[in-house]
Amino acid sequence: MSDNAPAPRRFRSSGRYSALRLLREALTGHRGWKPAWRKAEPRKQYQVVIIGGGGHGLATAYYLANHFGITDVAVLEKGPIGLGNVGRNTTIIRSTYYTPENIRFYDFSLKLWEGLEQELNFNAMVSQRGVVYTYHTDGQRDVMTGRANDMRLAGADCIELDRAAIKSLIPPISLDNQRFPVLGAFMQPRGGTVRHDAVAWGYARGASEAGVDIIEHCEVTGLRQASGRITGVETTRGFIGADTVCLAVAGHSSHLASMAGIRLPIESHALQAFVSESIKPFLDVVLMFGAGHFYISQSDKGGMVFGGSTDAHNTYAQRGTQWIAQEVASEGVALLPELANLRILRQWGGIMDMTMDGTPIIGPLPLEGLVMNGGWCYGGFKAIPAGGYTTAHLIARGEAHPLTTHMDLERFAEGRTFDEPGLGPFPWMH
Amino acid sequence: MSDSRRIAAGALTDPATAVEFEFDGRQWVGLEGDTVASALLANGVRLVGRSFKYHRPRGIVSAGPEEPCALIDLLGSKGRAPNRPATTVPITPGLRAASQNRWPSLDFDLLSVNSLFAAVLPAGFYYKTFMSPGKAWERLYEPAIRRAAGLGVLGTGRSEVVTHGEHTVHDHTDVLIIGSGAAGLAAARRLSSSGTRVMLLERDVVLGGGTLLDPRWQAWRNATLAHLAGDAASQCLTRTQIIAAYGHGVFAAVETLPQMGDNGLPRERLRIIRTRRVLLATGANERWIACDNNDRPGVMQAGAALAYLRRYGVAVGSRPVLFVNSDWAYEAAFALHEAGVTPRAIVDPRSDSAAATRARSLGINVHADSVVSAVRGRRSVEGVQLTRLNGSTGAAIGADCLLLSGGYQPESALATQAGGSLQWRDDLAAFVAALPASTGVVSGATAGAFGLAAAARDGIAGAERIAAELGIALAGAREGLSADLEDPVVTPLQALWEVPGRGKAFVDLQHDVTVADVRLAHREGYTHIEHMKRYTTHGMATDQGRMGGVLGAAILAAARGQSPQDVGLPTPRPYVHPTSFAAMAGGEVGAHLRPIRHFPAHAAHVACGAIFVPAGMWLRPLVYATQQGWEPVLRESRAVRTAAGIGDASSLGKIDVQGPDSARFLDYIYANRFSTLQVGKARYGIMLREDGYLLDDGTTSRLGERHFLLTTTTANHTHVLEHLEFQLQVNRPDLDVVLTDVTEQWAQFSIAGPRARDVLQKVMPETDLSGASVPFMAALPARIAGVSGRLFRISFSGELAYEVAVPSSSANEVWTALLDAGRPFGALPYGVDALNTLRIEKGHVTTAELDGNASAHMLGFERMLKADGDYVGRVLAQRPALTSPERAQLVGVRPTSPSARLRTGSQLVEPSAPTRTLGVVTSCTPSVLVEGWVGLALLAGGRNRQGTRLLAVSPVHGESVEVEITTAHWFDPENSRVRA
Amino acid sequence: MLRIPCPYCGTRDEVEFRYKGDASVRRPAAEAEVARFAAYVYERDNPKGWHLEWWFHSAGCRRMLQVWRHTVTHEIHAVGAAQEQLSTPVGGKPA
Repeated sequence: MSDNAPAPRRFRSSGRYSALRLLREALTGHRGWKPAWRKAEPRKQYQVVIIGGGGHGLATAYYLANHFGITDVAVLEKGPIGLGNVGRNTTIIRSTYYTPENIRFYDFSLKLWEGLEQELNFNAMVSQRGVVYTYHTDGQRDVMTGRANDMRLAGADCIELDRAAIKSLIPPISLDNQRFPVLGAFMQPRGGTVRHDAVAWGYARGASEAGVDIIEHCEVTGLRQASGRITGVETTRGFIGADTVCLAVAGHSSHLASMAGIRLPIESHALQAFVSESIKPFLDVVLMFGAGHFYISQSDKGGMVFGGSTDAHNTYAQRGTQWIAQEVASEGVALLPELANLRILRQWGGIMDMTMDGTPIIGPLPLEGLVMNGGWCYGGFKAIPAGGYTTAHLIARGEAHPLTTHMDLERFAEGRTFDEPGLGPFPWMH
Repeated sequence: MSDSRRIAAGALTDPATAVEFEFDGRQWVGLEGDTVASALLANGVRLVGRSFKYHRPRGIVSAGPEEPCALIDLLGSKGRAPNRPATTVPITPGLRAASQNRWPSLDFDLLSVNSLFAAVLPAGFYYKTFMSPGKAWERLYEPAIRRAAGLGVLGTGRSEVVTHGEHTVHDHTDVLIIGSGAAGLAAARRLSSSGTRVMLLERDVVLGGGTLLDPRWQAWRNATLAHLAGDAASQCLTRTQIIAAYGHGVFAAVETLPQMGDNGLPRERLRIIRTRRVLLATGANERWIACDNNDRPGVMQAGAALAYLRRYGVAVGSRPVLFVNSDWAYEAAFALHEAGVTPRAIVDPRSDSAAATRARSLGINVHADSVVSAVRGRRSVEGVQLTRLNGSTGAAIGADCLLLSGGYQPESALATQAGGSLQWRDDLAAFVAALPASTGVVSGATAGAFGLAAAARDGIAGAERIAAELGIALAGAREGLSADLEDPVVTPLQALWEVPGRGKAFVDLQHDVTVADVRLAHREGYTHIEHMKRYTTHGMATDQGRMGGVLGAAILAAARGQSPQDVGLPTPRPYVHPTSFAAMAGGEVGAHLRPIRHFPAHAAHVACGAIFVPAGMWLRPLVYATQQGWEPVLRESRAVRTAAGIGDASSLGKIDVQGPDSARFLDYIYANRFSTLQVGKARYGIMLREDGYLLDDGTTSRLGERHFLLTTTTANHTHVLEHLEFQLQVNRPDLDVVLTDVTEQWAQFSIAGPRARDVLQKVMPETDLSGASVPFMAALPARIAGVSGRLFRISFSGELAYEVAVPSSSANEVWTALLDAGRPFGALPYGVDALNTLRIEKGHVTTAELDGNASAHMLGFERMLKADGDYVGRVLAQRPALTSPERAQLVGVRPTSPSARLRTGSQLVEPSAPTRTLGVVTSCTPSVLVEGWVGLALLAGGRNRQGTRLLAVSPVHGESVEVEITTAHWFDPENSRVRA
Repeated sequence: MLRIPCPYCGTRDEVEFRYKGDASVRRPAAEAEVARFAAYVYERDNPKGWHLEWWFHSAGCRRMLQVWRHTVTHEIHAVGAAQEQLSTPVGGKPA
């Protein structure tokens, strides 16, 4: 199995970023910087059209052009790039999954994250500060032990922490909160956070530099087909022909697929995220509360970034709801009591493709020439490098990358679902 | 220094009551009614903070929540509240506050060295460097950046301090009015006396808004407030800040209670308000102008200077210069002049205006067609340099403060969140908000009606529109305003965003974003407003871009060669105002984080010395011992195997199923058959989800021809109940069945072990408990310890066992009676851990195996699937993926060495392929039946592997144990003990 | 936060209810083949617009309610009992 990350490519153009260049530009008032990506105009025909200028769409284009030799590629984005889920998440990366198949995929992603800045010549601030999961009962410890061992066997890292180790790693934690005392924790040291916007910009820059057309403000309004295969896309800027069309529009996959008459095993739900006012360093790791739905880390700017559960109903409205905020805040104060005095600055929602089993879909759709990368549930951000790489593989080689053979669409009808929490085909419960 | 700047009586301050407080370790004196900001200004304090990136000295620039610079940390006795605007924190005796983002001190901040490197630290510089070597980011660069970034300090190392939150208040009203300025008050007055419920929210400590800044409006304000006080349907709340609009008429607000908490920090409570309509009258924010060094301490909003004078009697300087572009901003100059502080100059880009004429008539020097091109001074304003619009150099004027006004942006964020739209108005050079009629109206300055009289009229009109929408009959006719309240005639403002210069001109003071940064973002292709915002962090600070938001958009628009309306504003997200975790968490903190469900016999378990374990919201007895560990668990287990044990199973879900079609319904719900069950008998059942996987299992009893009692696992109780209701109401409305959740109505105890019958007989002396009368799987009415209840002969341990159910109200006495009865037989109470040991030995599954991914075939239940008749999950359960023998199957595991221990979560591997997992140990325990550990596992193709050996590995713990694969049902497979 | 007008209890906060998914899909007849059941269990229109959906009033009357809700604006067009015929909003796909 090709679990190893490919060797990084080097950014080639004269526009390389470096400290030296910053110094040189400082002398001339920073007038020499060029746009990070070309504002391309659509051509009539491309070999590959990728719908969606988010993390996965841009990464797919990047890897197609830089690792699979296909540069006749357009990325179509209805608005400006990078403002969907890649720009509205809690920035966490990890490979803490429950099945060997998913662990291997997400760990491949972690490996790509680890070399991303050198690959892209763009500092996305990949920070492997560790992801810590508290447990509060023996039963939880047992389930997490199973996961940790699954991870270790699949080549990922995971360790167990006792209470003393937790306390020394996270001084502000309340181990003896009055409702759900912390018994212990598991930690993935290689997990961490990334500056999310930079991921979209970095991939866009690298794709554009290799010849990909990134076309913003170009909304797809229809999928054109002839003789049982896709021939291109109708857009607000006219028809664009393509041999292969890739949907990379997680959150809106159903909407786009319906243009080809395809119904997907997906519902769109909102996941909320929050950021607090900036404070001096308070928390060094990513912390996940095992007795509820709460996870938190601190950004390099000093804001506490945190989130909770989904709104638990279908929605396409990118906004928050108040009861989730109350639940999240109470869990936050239980785990880190001093948070009580901190003020929350913003609350927002991202629209996610929630699949019926909680595992994403990368594979062909039932229309020749049409493939999708979607169904990311709340795991989309951390998967961007691997999702992009394996989707590029699928497009270029015409077959699934070995790490994504289990992410096919047919698994649902056949019952080969990868339902990690075991909640059944009820996306609002996941 | 005494409060030398206090030159007049303030509307809010009480000159008779001095209040002492601490700032940066020094004691200061202000007046009751002061904010920290007004008290510091009264004392002549200028420098109150350091900026985020360059650590430049900063002062107070506003008089309200839009404050970007004067942020302070409040120091409580048990915690620290960072980043509070000094402009909104009232001083109280004993208040302690500190400035932030400086080291070692505010006067001498080492990181101000950043200013020297400003040229290499433009917007986004961090994206372009710090990239190698790979690990250096975490080890070197990031820690340094993180230490330098951030504002206040939260951590004090007191992690065990529990905050007692204020309970959330839930409000219901007809019309919610937000803002009590002229528009809000006039609207409330218009709606009053009509029986309509009106809630008026004001973030300030007093009602009045802008009318507090104009003495002409005092009488009107007092009369209006008196009228509202007399209307029982009107409720006015001060210190209550709206924070978000959530749709469907739901709004959230935070009320700061007047008294500080015991910990010396503010007490805040959340209010969730449901309203039929909203009237937004939150006013407008005065905008900044980008010119060189527009961040020096002493540069302030013109309106703030007016507010400090009117509200607190404080003159913000003695030699002010104003730089403004509208007539409204001249009010500060007129008020200061009247109070004896005549401005040195007013600089105005317009050629002439009504206000300029009036200023000149008062003897104030107005520099028309001019702008301020630079501010002199470093730690405080020392003067300004003027440039004429024709490019020629203007005067240099000495000054100790510069009062800026670049026009006004309506507070539009809430309207946008509530589904409203923004419209650019050239005459105001601002975005004005509007709401759909089904939500409400926007009034006053928020709607672009500037001037108090215009706002009041707009508020009245808004109230009338809402009344018409809701069909409210208003009381009386519209009242007019007296002539002396008319707004002065104004000359239109002239849009002015920036003055070109060579130094730093800030558009976002808190995040140190400059005009040059916005232009750089544009040059690098970040030309969309959301991209510019994210690249430069413009407008993302605690002040939410109130002063500089439109300014940044305008600079970007100029770079794009467009107007601000083409660029727009970023989507405003909740919260309109930063909101503390404490307010949001409310009373759900500490032990109240989640409700606690106690067993009906909880008190008796406490008396028995139980250690409890959370199971969902339940607290279940884990073991009856002072110390956790295997020894007491095995003692309890051994009692069950050799004598008897008494356990509490009350958390099992219990659903009463009644009606003529009950049996048919259960045949539809369960994969196995229940219609053939005799009255007085129980049967084990498995139910599937529609996707064919197992949902739950349990024992269901037939209490009557049309009456069943269904039990669920503890974990799945709610889920199963909802599943049943869904199936009944949606898919089988043809069936006449009623479902009632009786989980909490019944306590249920198990009495298990070879002496179980003897124990039970003592509390059921009148009942014949022989196998003939009460056979295995009997379910009968009974009297237990004198209490009417139910008797079930069911077993989860593999021993002779009964369960008794009694009404919850009798739980403690029946439990105690059972223990008393059992004592002579050596019976012990046993908890969940012992229950687990016993069921693992017997090969029974719980949610550890029935984990939502198990099929009937995987757990060995395939023969239970009915061959005929429809039931939930029937069709999809037959798919090969669920029935394949290659999938995981339930097996037993036992170490080949009796001294080796098992661990739940260990993976099963072949020694020849040690990284390929074949299965997982799902439960394990030391055994009381055989030497060593026993466990259950889900193992691929497990039944065919019985008798073979594998390794159970836990790499996390460095463990590898050779195990033998066995059947899960090795203990008493004939069930002879159960049937004894 | 949604406010759902329950026909039995009156208008109540969303937190009193439990969402139960798409109400436009209905269970096939018992004898239907695997593919029909798989489509019923897994495939969804997931419309960006009007959605007919189930809400269970768990903290109220315990009735399963059909709700026509707009998934972008959250506007609620109609609420009714499980077997009731609701008026379909313009653009909505009924059961």
